[in-house]
Amino acid sequence: MQHRTLWAFVSFLVLAVAAACGGGSEPAESAAPAEPAAPAFDPATAGSVSGSIMFEGEAPAPETIRMNSDPVCVKAATDTETDYYVVGEGGGLGNVFVYVKSELPGSFPPASDTVILDQQGCRYTPHVFGVQVGQTLQIVNSDPTLHNIHATPANNPEFNTGQPIQGMTFDRTFDNVEIMVPFKCDVHGWMNAYVGVLDHPFFAVTGSDGSFEISGLPPGTHTIEAWHEELGTQEMEVTVPESGTAEASFTFSMG
Amino acid sequence: MTAGRGSSARSREPARIGASFPLRRRPFIRSWPMGRLWLHRYVCFVAVAAALLITAGGLVTSTGSGLSVPDWPNTYGYSMITFPPSMMVGGIFYEHGHRLIATTVGLLTIGLAVWFWRAEPRAWVRRLGWIALAAVVFQGLLGGITVLYFLPAPVSIGHAGLAHLFFTLIVSLGVLTSPGWLAAYRRPEPLRDRTLLRLALLAPAAVYAQVLLGAVMRHTGAGLAIPDFPLAFGHLVPPSWSAAIGIHYAHRVGAAVVTVIVFAAASRVLAHHWARTELTRPAMLLVGLLLVQIGLGAWTVLSGKHVAVNTAHVTAGSLVLATAAVLALRVHRSRGSDAPERWRPGAAALEALP
Repeated sequence: MQHRTLWAFVSFLVLAVAAACGGGSEPAESAAPAEPAAPAFDPATAGSVSGSIMFEGEAPAPETIRMNSDPVCVKAATDTETDYYVVGEGGGLGNVFVYVKSELPGSFPPASDTVILDQQGCRYTPHVFGVQVGQTLQIVNSDPTLHNIHATPANNPEFNTGQPIQGMTFDRTFDNVEIMVPFKCDVHGWMNAYVGVLDHPFFAVTGSDGSFEISGLPPGTHTIEAWHEELGTQEMEVTVPESGTAEASFTFSMG
Repeated sequence: MTAGRGSSARSREPARIGASFPLRRRPFIRSWPMGRLWLHRYVCFVAVAAALLITAGGLVTSTGSGLSVPDWPNTYGYSMITFPPSMMVGGIFYEHGHRLIATTVGLLTIGLAVWFWRAEPRAWVRRLGWIALAAVVFQGLLGGITVLYFLPAPVSIGHAGLAHLFFTLIVSLGVLTSPGWLAAYRRPEPLRDRTLLRLALLAPAAVYAQVLLGAVMRHTGAGLAIPDFPLAFGHLVPPSWSAAIGIHYAHRVGAAVVTVIVFAAASRVLAHHWARTELTRPAMLLVGLLLVQIGLGAWTVLSGKHVAVNTAHVTAGSLVLATAAVLALRVHRSRGSDAPERWRPGAAALEALP
């Protein structure tokens, strides 16, 4: 009798633990999506901001990354130079995140397309990018080695996920605006990326020529900020005319 | 008054001990029960493994690899044992290696506790064996928690602080099971030096406080908050302050305080108890390790936290703490023939061993 009681107790305990541990991976039932709010301006009057980010002076030379802690990276890497300062021939500064910092009228639903952050050749591609609050960010491991994706935000929940197998993907969204959320791989200490999270789609990242364009903007006066991972931020006010283009250019320098 | 007692001890000891102790030492060890000798050797082995574990833990922090394995207790979904060695690349080499060594030390500590439980006649030493086991288990849990919660500073500091305590406890068990300890270092005359006792007890406490300050500095990223050495921003006292600068500067001041205490204790031993080799050896070792440790601390700053130097600073800190504890234990043991019976209830059982 005592044995039966014991077995019954143990069985109950096992079932209880199984019930408590199971089901965690099921996605929570979400509420029906709200109707996307329309922009509080006439899209026909939308204008744009364009310009260029220039670097003045001599940028530090890129350093060669030693990847020999992972032989797979040594083989897979096509680019082994640091990309903190991407300066084009004409002095344009790349990898600068440019966005509208000031309040905008209305609300802007997250874009339906998925932003992809790829781990390829033991580097993050792209190195600097932007997403909207609620927009899906898909992190892909294209490398035949393992990575961990460790985001260290200040206004969003921190996460650290492993991708040990080539081809693995991992989707993530951000709930709050944040400039910028750093990403790093603790396995390969040289891997880092930055994402700007905004509640509107008015942002751009400069190419190696330093140019950018932000279109579809409501007309009016806006604050534009340019962010660079090493050189900090600069901002300026621009007035976007109806169906016209405003110019916003910045110049960064060392020190 | 205290100094007077110390001086009289010094004047009496050399003639008596210098003639008899070295000659008797070897026959004593030969006549020691083999089981107890092996237990002592085993504890020493565990201590070496624990020192290796602390070094591995220091490497994890120095290389910034603490989160290179995001899951725990598994490693990228594999069980710890089945994780392929070929996948131990980059930061995983340090983090997973640390976990493997920690598991080995955990198993060795289970063996230690069980061996003590079966063979150690002193109940309080047996209890210390169980405490060591509880500490290593708790330490493993702290390690897991700190990974799962992205290295929160309080947990990481607790993990570091307990690591040094665990190592010191194992070293202390090595002292407590040593032939010298069991024979009260074969000194017929008790040590009567209260000043030395106070200094010897103060030294490990001060070193441990300094170790904790170092752990706070390490896990709050304050290691290079003051980038120059020996001055701070070109001054004796930093001209401006922040939390990081305060922590860093406190660690430097702590080093000075520890140096004064250790030098006082070692000077006391060397000046008044030169013939007691069981005290002079750890005292001189302590001074030597402390000097090395200070040099490593300076080098850590000047090298911009070079991985090897930074890690060596962690390991040497643990060795300084353990050596200070050894000196304190030996001073305590040398106090008198009545001390062991009063201090260890299992003494009678020990005496009855073949």
